[in-house]
Amino acid sequence: MLEIAWLIPIFSFLACAVLIFFGSALQRRWGEAVGWIGVAGVAAGIPLALGSLVELALGAAPVQYSVLWAPLGARIGGAEVNLHFGLAVDALTAVMLVMVTIVATCIMVYSIGYMHGDKRYSRFFAYMSLFTGSMLLLLLAGNFLVLYIGWELVGLCSYLLIGFWFERPSAADAAKKAFIMTRVADLGFALGILMLFFYVPSLNFAEVFAAASGGLIPATVVGLAAALLFLGAMGKSAQFPFHTWLPDAMEGPTPVSALIHAATMVAAGVYMVARLLPLFIISFGSVVLWGVPALTIVGIIGLITALLAATLGLVQSDIKRVLAYSTISQLGYMMAVLGMGAIGFAAAIFHLIVHAFFKALLFMCSGSVIHGCGGEQNMKKMGGLARRMPVTYYTTWIGALALAGIFPLAGFWSKDHLMAAVWSRSSSEPVYWIFFLGLELAAIMTAAYIGRLCFLTFGGTPRSEAAEYAHESPMVMTVPLAVLAGFTVILGLFGTQFVGVNLFNSVVNVDMPGSMAAASLHTSAHGEHGFNWIVAGISMLMAVTGLLVAIVVYRWQWVDTRIFKRYLAPWYQAAINRYYFDDIYRYTVVGGTLALAQVCRIVDTYIIDRLVNAIGWGTRVVWATSIRLFDDFVVDGFINVMAWGTGLVGRVTARAVHNGQVQEYIASFAVIAAGLACVVYVVVMLGW
Amino acid sequence: MPILSLLIFIPLIGAAVILFLNTERHRKAICWTATVAAAVAFVLSLGVWVRFVPGQPGMQFTELADWIDALNIHYHLGIDGLSLPLILLTTLLSLLSVIYSWRITDRIKEYMIFFLLLETGILGVFCALDFFLFYIFWEVSLVPMFFLIGIWGGPRRAYAAIKFFIYTLIGSLAILLGILALYFASTPHTFDMIELARQHPFAGGGIAAALVFWGFFLGFAIKVPLFPFHTWLPDAHVEAPTAGSVILAGVLLKMGCYGFIRVNLPILPEASRHFALWIAVLALISIIYGALCAMAQKDLKRMIAYSSVNHMGYVMLGIAAAVAFVAPEAVGQAVQHSRIVALNGAVLQMVAHGIITGALFFLVGVIYERTHLRDIDAFGGLAKQMPVYAGIMMLACFASLGLPGLAGFAAEFLVFLGSYGIYKLITGLALLGIAITAAYFLMMIQGVFLGELRERWQNLRDLDAGELVATIPLAVLMLAIGLYPDLILAVVDPASTALVTNLEQFYRLSDVIASLGG
Repeated sequence: MLEIAWLIPIFSFLACAVLIFFGSALQRRWGEAVGWIGVAGVAAGIPLALGSLVELALGAAPVQYSVLWAPLGARIGGAEVNLHFGLAVDALTAVMLVMVTIVATCIMVYSIGYMHGDKRYSRFFAYMSLFTGSMLLLLLAGNFLVLYIGWELVGLCSYLLIGFWFERPSAADAAKKAFIMTRVADLGFALGILMLFFYVPSLNFAEVFAAASGGLIPATVVGLAAALLFLGAMGKSAQFPFHTWLPDAMEGPTPVSALIHAATMVAAGVYMVARLLPLFIISFGSVVLWGVPALTIVGIIGLITALLAATLGLVQSDIKRVLAYSTISQLGYMMAVLGMGAIGFAAAIFHLIVHAFFKALLFMCSGSVIHGCGGEQNMKKMGGLARRMPVTYYTTWIGALALAGIFPLAGFWSKDHLMAAVWSRSSSEPVYWIFFLGLELAAIMTAAYIGRLCFLTFGGTPRSEAAEYAHESPMVMTVPLAVLAGFTVILGLFGTQFVGVNLFNSVVNVDMPGSMAAASLHTSAHGEHGFNWIVAGISMLMAVTGLLVAIVVYRWQWVDTRIFKRYLAPWYQAAINRYYFDDIYRYTVVGGTLALAQVCRIVDTYIIDRLVNAIGWGTRVVWATSIRLFDDFVVDGFINVMAWGTGLVGRVTARAVHNGQVQEYIASFAVIAAGLACVVYVVVMLGW
Repeated sequence: MPILSLLIFIPLIGAAVILFLNTERHRKAICWTATVAAAVAFVLSLGVWVRFVPGQPGMQFTELADWIDALNIHYHLGIDGLSLPLILLTTLLSLLSVIYSWRITDRIKEYMIFFLLLETGILGVFCALDFFLFYIFWEVSLVPMFFLIGIWGGPRRAYAAIKFFIYTLIGSLAILLGILALYFASTPHTFDMIELARQHPFAGGGIAAALVFWGFFLGFAIKVPLFPFHTWLPDAHVEAPTAGSVILAGVLLKMGCYGFIRVNLPILPEASRHFALWIAVLALISIIYGALCAMAQKDLKRMIAYSSVNHMGYVMLGIAAAVAFVAPEAVGQAVQHSRIVALNGAVLQMVAHGIITGALFFLVGVIYERTHLRDIDAFGGLAKQMPVYAGIMMLACFASLGLPGLAGFAAEFLVFLGSYGIYKLITGLALLGIAITAAYFLMMIQGVFLGELRERWQNLRDLDAGELVATIPLAVLMLAIGLYPDLILAVVDPASTALVTNLEQFYRLSDVIASLGG
């Protein structure tokens, strides 16, 4: 299986090609069964991905494939240096492949029901296949080139899918925003690659890591490059301050949101940092910004994002936006833990995978709710859906409790891993307690906002006609919900110590480079920290506290929410305005660029082009004047002299000279006339 | 078989045949003759590509004959890996343009004659190895374009045509002076470009070398066009007929870049190195300023014209990096390698830009022909009405904004990869260009294709057969080159490696001489 793992994205790309070119024709014949082509393309990857993972778990060596992409000349006295299209499969890749193929398959099946009756039905599945294929390609990347290619293709697909209902201006805006914002962040990614390539004439991960740890690349350069690469990850994973595109991305159909938030796109940023973690660890000793190493920047940004997004999640009334901020916050957790170094590696990836399952579940549940309520997304107009949509109700609670981190769901185990990693880092370096406290604080808010979501949506009585007449979704939508809920329940097993050995950590580990400055960073590089009862206890306490708050306020309604709004008014105002990030960007970066563009246009039209025309005009005046003077004095004089001479000589020698003289006259006339004609033509044509 | 001569003159023969046909009575025959001539040239160029040996040093398919003995002028043709891709690009775009132009109703006979003459001129420029011949072809390519804009152009065609003609003619005169200076500085006097590259007539540097360099620079920079010599381009594009814009942006601009690579770099290496930073700075300005200007445009053709300024900036950045001065102590493998990568990227970018922008101008022509509008704000929601059109247009736009997997990315990535090794700051700033480019293309897509369809456009029809024939090959090539740039680079890489290696040797030698002198 390992040898043919490169086929995994090919299936998806093939499905995409078939659907793009023959989609509408097939749909005329088969109806909406064409959606299953997309499902098949993605699902075909599952056995390959699982097989590869099992082989690697049983001790097979990671494999690499490469194809010549672009020749790059030779270095003096050296061999040819070429850019390869390089793929590689190791345990990290394999486990991600398994997650993406399974989650994406569930989402695609669900889409068959959700997109029923859409006018661009087959096109939707084409884009979804391309999206999944691009993500799989990104995961298989063995070098920076393929990583970047997959990265940008994922961006393209998010653009196409967020703007899938492009007739809506808000969808078109959101799509554009997502693409441009991530592209701006990707400038950092690109620059980071350029910096590294200058020192190592290869983009291969292994070679770059070896060169970096071998000292071929100065440590400061590694650090700066790592920070720049992280900038790209911040864009894709919607980290502060690039987080604003993700809530807007809700404009896409709900399965797209599920895919973006779980399996593709936002996962790419975390995966990238995990994949390139050796660079961050190697450069730990060298400072990048204000005396902070790149690795610590990752952690700080993650912590800020986790807290910031959690507070925003508390005040949203759109069901999908709550989940969007929840995703941002959870990604912040992962980044914060990656910032702990090698110790956080397995924990972050495990949480990424578990989160993918329960977040896809939650999004699809919200989609089911929206579907059932006839397109209503505002939770304040829902309520009382528990009885009307039982499958959705129970599966939502499973996802919600997993997100909150309640025992024994998978989310509990993965979050416990995260916190244990932070805990053990903090025990050696007390300053990291800030991370522990911050993330536990975010955990309370997480439980509170997801509890709020459940109670507002399903509890109480219907608050609108749409909710009154809500109905459960069809099987094709509820079965994927059940499958994902099943995963959400059992997945924790793979990451627990309870079965004796932590399966996940023993498979998914990478050899982090033995860095001189950061020896303490990988004391437990393979995540061998045992089960920590204290950490688990604190986490559970936080989760229960948050849920209790939600129950008190929204279930039992002992406290009126207006009290919060009144006493926390300044914060509440800022929060419902998303802390004004969008406004700030609109008036600074966006407005500034557009204004600068106008300045350039004006400079070009009224200065540079005018200058060019002025030079042309000046030349013409000088030229015309000289022609006129030439005409008045030289040509006229010449003709007069000729005439006079002709008269004089003509009387003496008659015909022969006369002939020649006429020819000469005509010739000179022709030259002058042509010159004048040119000038006249120019004058007339230019309208001067 | 003198295959290059055949290639160059077959379009001319086609034009000669058309001369004897009557516009009204032989309309079909005229179109067919032009198409066959362009197709034969295209097939011949494919043959050249197949029989071209990538690794072989020096020129291939050379033809050398005495022409004007008294002045030591020869009929000298030949190609290497730097010119071959451009020849293929020329024959392909010419063929597609001719096919697209079947729809021309006004004076089809003259139109096709000018078009074929134009193709001969461009092909001649890319094949000529004797400056006398080079200059003749250079001028030959100028005149038909003047008439194509001036006769078949838009409302302000006369202004645009004359501006184009006079502006580029001034550039040509500067080139002519440069050629004459090289001729008289060489011993024995020669117009042969290969011989001149061996002699390096102005190797010593100084004022004379600078003047000759700037003479060629002016001529080529106007053609590229490099900021601040670019203002003829938007005017010419807006007024030119569709196929004229395609050839103008797709091929004619490349003559400028090609001139830098073929003339300034090998013949004036010392001056090139000395002034490379200037070119790099102008390239950077072209990139950022061109992108910002494009963002501010409301007219589709003007926008794409400015995006050409932006994209040709990447070519010039790559070329500048290939000759840039590097402090002797810093010279090493990494630097030389960066130069080669940058030059590879520059040549690939020429091809990529030709294909992408050619497609974009075809596509803008499509919408202009149906609506007689090019204003971005006038449209909206066309993706619903014209899905195929929208699909190909969006593909071309994404290729142009450098989406990986499409041609533009491969080229720009290599340019950046190479130029970063030479000009770190300039390259870092130039990266901003790709973000701005993404912004204005997406703004355009949103304005034209997304949103609700306006009622007045509910009868627009999607692409017809002729339009598909003209654009599908370009779309396929965008994808093919993007996925597998080696398709083009296989011939480019050995040639640019050879050029850079020669330059490095020259610089090492001249540095040694300078240090001995000092």
